[in-house]
Amino acid sequence: MATGPLEAAARLERLAAQDGRAVLSARNRELFGLLPVALAVAAGFAGVLITREAEVNDATLTYGLAFLVFCLVGHLFVRWRLPDADPYIYPLAAALAGVGIVMVYRIDPELAREQAQWFVFGLAAFVAVGLLLRDLSLLERYRYTIAAGAMVLLIMPRLTGGVTNGAYLRIDLGPVEFQPAELAKIAVVIFVAAYLADTRELMVTYERRFLGVSLPPLRYFGPMLVVWAIAMLLLVFIRDLGSSVMFFGGFLALLYVATGRLSYVVLGLAMFVVGFLFFESTVGHVGARVDAWRNPLDPDLYYALGGSGQIAQGMFAQADGGVLGAGLGQSILTAGGDPVLPAAQTDLIYAVVVNELGFVGAVALLLVYLLFVQRGLKTAMLATDPFNKLLAAGLTAVFALQVFVIVGGVTRVIPLTGVTLPFVSYGGSSIVANFVLVGLLMVVSDGARRRHREGGLL
Amino acid sequence: MNVAIRRVFWGVVVLFALLVVYTARWSVIESDSLKRSSLNKIPALREWRDPRGPILTTERGTIARSVRSGSGDDVHYSRRYPLDVLFGHPAGYSYVTRGGSGLEKYYDGQLVGRKDEFVSVLDSLLGRKREAQSLVTALDEPAQRVARQALAGRVGSVVVIEPRTGRVPVYVSVPGYDPNDVRDSDGYARLNSDDGSPLFDRVATSAYPPGSTFKVVTATAAIDTGAYRPSSVVNGDSPKQISGTPLENSGGKSWGDITLTDALTHSVNTVWAQVGEDVGSDTMIEYMKRFGFYEKPPIDLPSDQLAASGLREHGELLPDETPIDVGRVAIGQERLAVTPLQMATVAATVANGGLRVAPRLAVSFEDRTGRTKDRVGVKRITRVMSAATARKLNEMMQNVIREGTGTAAALAGINSAGKTGTAERARGNQAWFIGFAPAEHPRYAIAVTVEQTTGQGGTVAAPIARQVLQNLLR
Repeated sequence: MATGPLEAAARLERLAAQDGRAVLSARNRELFGLLPVALAVAAGFAGVLITREAEVNDATLTYGLAFLVFCLVGHLFVRWRLPDADPYIYPLAAALAGVGIVMVYRIDPELAREQAQWFVFGLAAFVAVGLLLRDLSLLERYRYTIAAGAMVLLIMPRLTGGVTNGAYLRIDLGPVEFQPAELAKIAVVIFVAAYLADTRELMVTYERRFLGVSLPPLRYFGPMLVVWAIAMLLLVFIRDLGSSVMFFGGFLALLYVATGRLSYVVLGLAMFVVGFLFFESTVGHVGARVDAWRNPLDPDLYYALGGSGQIAQGMFAQADGGVLGAGLGQSILTAGGDPVLPAAQTDLIYAVVVNELGFVGAVALLLVYLLFVQRGLKTAMLATDPFNKLLAAGLTAVFALQVFVIVGGVTRVIPLTGVTLPFVSYGGSSIVANFVLVGLLMVVSDGARRRHREGGLL
Repeated sequence: MNVAIRRVFWGVVVLFALLVVYTARWSVIESDSLKRSSLNKIPALREWRDPRGPILTTERGTIARSVRSGSGDDVHYSRRYPLDVLFGHPAGYSYVTRGGSGLEKYYDGQLVGRKDEFVSVLDSLLGRKREAQSLVTALDEPAQRVARQALAGRVGSVVVIEPRTGRVPVYVSVPGYDPNDVRDSDGYARLNSDDGSPLFDRVATSAYPPGSTFKVVTATAAIDTGAYRPSSVVNGDSPKQISGTPLENSGGKSWGDITLTDALTHSVNTVWAQVGEDVGSDTMIEYMKRFGFYEKPPIDLPSDQLAASGLREHGELLPDETPIDVGRVAIGQERLAVTPLQMATVAATVANGGLRVAPRLAVSFEDRTGRTKDRVGVKRITRVMSAATARKLNEMMQNVIREGTGTAAALAGINSAGKTGTAERARGNQAWFIGFAPAEHPRYAIAVTVEQTTGQGGTVAAPIARQVLQNLLR
């Protein structure tokens, strides 16, 4: 029997289920999981309010309270429609959203109010997924429609939208701005999962060796090239390196899960690197990002427009935090009304977390993300249907990569690019899309775990 | 597929471990070096979140204080200087955007209340806030005001030292600047481009030819080595060949055989040039070094604001072995360039019986409640000459005030001592006066200089010294 955290957790659950006294039902565990979230959010708001001394008012407290009420509403919905779903995914997502709303509140109370509204929309999307997608084969059937939708979503900002830091990331919809990459990432995963669920066996069965490398037949290899092309398109036309890494990385993870061929992943990585190096030397926007990443403290790059100023300031904020952090509300984000840390509520929110909660707090946040990833992959392992399995694995991989791309950007593991920190960064599209992602994972989980329960496996 | 999924999980673990390592790198491992980066404004901004201690005159008048602005978590403090231009040079300024200068820079740590690393970690764990200290200076507002008014807009400086303690009650450089103007970049740019160079410190940064005030140094070397007595007689005819070129007395006057006392009283160039040649350049430079020449003055101001006095060329000190015209050095010519602060130290050393004390602007530090936390003691005492030599020079310098070139510095009812100087320069005279009072028990030593004047040390600088000393001895 294989060992590892995933198996250990599964074994514990089995033991719990076999024990006649039924320690706690899954849903009650979920409810108890929300308790620490409630405490953390209350403590966070209290911390920020204490720092602000004079500005304590009831309205700000109601945001925190409303947030918790909505968490509870979501939980009741899960009890009703997804009773067998994994009990930890929802509280972990709520914990992340709670950290987000406290941090955004700390940066700007007005933005926190908007964030809370988006949180409501996100929950609505979550409920909608739970209500409408009881049968996930619906997604499988409309895979090409969904893929086409993803393409349109990705190209729209280039046609209509605005430029942020030299990248076309937004669509302006009157009063609301929309970042399509957030929803497109889900659509792409659905398409690739559906495609690979059908063709994975054929790809492996009919593969041939070429120059010592196992290659799938061109017929099935084609879609891989298409996704690679999409990633490159993102890189050059949308100028969004972050999303490009996220999409392509998620695709490679899926390809690996579907075929079990590491050689495909290596080949895919090589293709991505070659493409990246080519565009780095030819496309100014990409090259500038890489220069800023290599030498953020070079004064010329630091003061250049679109230079390394943002990443350097993010590093300074982290240095200011130290091991234990400056404390909630104690980072210096503005001086005399001028920003010290630009895009603190979106791209650089992780730097604010390190600054205020320190290295220890940041590692705790990363652990929450890792637990979420663990639950997502656990769900994939429990699922029996190939599409559901690939869908859960793909969504989780994209989620994990998104965290890696933005935190890695802020900490200079990789060049900094503008993707959001899921559930924590300010941003409507991101919150809504990630709730859709959670909804899909919960639907997969509900189905898989019910089958296990009914089959007496759990 | 589950095997692959498990591997994907471990892949994610590896990626996240990388994130943890890099977070540790910036927040812990390289935190200190990032904080020192000149691009990083956060450490300075953090210091400005708390008020800085005030800088006070000796009578507890406010030279610099902190005012609060902003709201919420953007509260910060900035500096205001209620006395405007009066103490611009010694006090300096301190702003987030511009850094600091003067006392503000030198005593930054105490004014902010910064402590060493270990103590500050302990304090943060115990929830103690760092405590800004008030800086009490020796600066005397009325006397400073009188000195500024006495200069009456003429370019120059006045500096006063208390001989026994080294305290500096007067430190005036004209044209001065208002530290409040440095706050915005336009004001700073204006001050920087001003033809009068108001940001330039004419007490400690400018070095001028000292003229005849330097004869006090020559007299010290001559008498302290035992080669001469005040009554020693030297021929004072004019001109005399010095280093192969003729040297004249003021007005071309020949004084015949006269004593050193009379030669100082009437500032006879030919006598002191001969004495200097007799003493020799090695001994002259040795005594200059005892007085503090050839090093930056040990005053409590930032090093970049201080110039070393001595034989200089192109702003650099000449090496000791450079051949010099020691006869002309002895009368304050040649390539001599000295700061008024150095000349005030010469006067203070004679006044203090031959002991040189480091000049000090700061007197003590107090906490918020006014309790003294730290007292600035008398520092760096060097014996320059014997007490007997100092007594003889004191008397010789009294004669200068009584019947010589320095009568305009005489005080009503108080004996004082001094020496005038006038150096001829391309654009007018550099007028000097150095001295101290009361002569019997000196309390204040002074140096006054005025740039580009048509007058003499005795007519231009001496009256300024009289007004300032009169005020201090009020």
